[in-house]
Amino acid sequence: MTVKVKIPTQLRQLVGGEKEIEIEKAANVREILDNLGGQHPGLIERIVDENGEIRRFVNLYVGDEDVRFLQGLDTPVEPDQTVSILPAVAGG
Amino acid sequence: MAEVLELQCRECGRGYPVSPIYACEFCFAPLEPTYDYDAIRAAVSAERIGDGPPTIWRYEALLPELDRSKRVDLGAGFTPLVKADRLASYLGIDELYLKNDTANPTHSFKDRVVTVALSAARSMGFNVIACASTGNLANAVAAHAARSGMTSFVFIPSDLEEAKIVTTAIYGGNVIAVKGNYDDVNRLCSEIAQTVDWAFVNVNIRPFYSEGSKTLAFEVCEQLGWQAPDHMVVPVASGSLLTKINKGLHELETVGLIPRPSTKIHAAQAAGCNPVTDAVTRGIEHVRPVKPNTIAKSLAIGNPADGYYAVKAVRETGGFAQEASDEDIVAGIRLLASTEGIFTETAGGVTISVLEKLAAAGTFAKGERVVAMITGMGLKTAEAITGKVGATVEIPPNLEAFEEQLGFLEGDR
Repeated sequence: MTVKVKIPTQLRQLVGGEKEIEIEKAANVREILDNLGGQHPGLIERIVDENGEIRRFVNLYVGDEDVRFLQGLDTPVEPDQTVSILPAVAGG
Repeated sequence: MAEVLELQCRECGRGYPVSPIYACEFCFAPLEPTYDYDAIRAAVSAERIGDGPPTIWRYEALLPELDRSKRVDLGAGFTPLVKADRLASYLGIDELYLKNDTANPTHSFKDRVVTVALSAARSMGFNVIACASTGNLANAVAAHAARSGMTSFVFIPSDLEEAKIVTTAIYGGNVIAVKGNYDDVNRLCSEIAQTVDWAFVNVNIRPFYSEGSKTLAFEVCEQLGWQAPDHMVVPVASGSLLTKINKGLHELETVGLIPRPSTKIHAAQAAGCNPVTDAVTRGIEHVRPVKPNTIAKSLAIGNPADGYYAVKAVRETGGFAQEASDEDIVAGIRLLASTEGIFTETAGGVTISVLEKLAAAGTFAKGERVVAMITGMGLKTAEAITGKVGATVEIPPNLEAFEEQLGFLEGDR
């Protein structure tokens, strides 16, 4: 079983230009990022800061929902769901 | 025009060449244009600005522009700064001014950011312009796109006020109503922006776009005779406006147009969408996202990208934060209209309600100058007050009926 992770343009050079990566299903967002980081060195520290928190200007989504409204990095991920990594953007 | 040296990360300081990018590749923080302030200081003067056009482009020396011949201009900015004596006396404020940005071409402050963004986008060779919007930006983008002959795609939450949909669609671009709230629309747009070669004003053109908000600070200071006010009350959605007003004040000092500003900047949000005011009130740095539930839809951004910087600016300037309930918002709209003759949208109702609360809390000392930002006009959100105001009486078409009613009405006064 795998889940899809969408990679933003800013990080694609770290993953060989891929827009989307299939990764072994894991229990939650943290484990998925760990798996991803194992395959692509240098990726995780761009998403998670030194205290293990999601970086201020990064938004992570499971399906359509911001994980900050769920359980953060502990948010569970089901096999058919997509995890998206996106930079925060302002609006109005 | 101010030459943009590079786009620089606000957090780690990494520099990038001028291009349609918006987030640092390393820490994802926003990018800002950098300028040669020594060159600007040498070139700029109050007289030269005074001789400029009655638009934000009178401050072209402090605005990022790539090619002046590509400028898209509907006449945004240089809106009236109204001395509001009746409202001031009602609220017990010594000296109050209202920055009436309802007087912009599409009736909100968003014309300021859009004229800068579209000019930059055109200079970079884009033909398609797009945005995620709570309505005011949608109006401004659609109108400026029409003016320049660019194709526009405007993404809005599908539950937006009817008036804001009509006042966008009339300009003939594409209006995409998304079933979700603004934060959903914004997320979708940041995904779309990675798949198409369009200029998203608040995504890949954001470093230029957001600089347009500085002009509110420039104008207020110029209109006060090149002096910064003691207080500003600013509505907060993404946090960009408040952050850039603060930047604008400091830039004026940097280039020698005003002495060091000591303006306290106060944040106004709706109680139903208060991530920034909550962080200020609690004294915490972290902005916790919320699910918006307020009639002030133009402020309904639950996860504000510049919230962190807005909180910092409020704190550093010694400002406060207050919130307005839906009832407060309607009361604020009515108070402003009935004392000063300005009909503002729900965001302005938030600002006036917060102004009232700040005044009641003794925030404004005697002799201090207070400026409140009225960022959008009331017809756009007429739904919010429909049924709450209306005809005073209904009468048959004869004089007796009128005279009879007049007795009651005069007795009412």
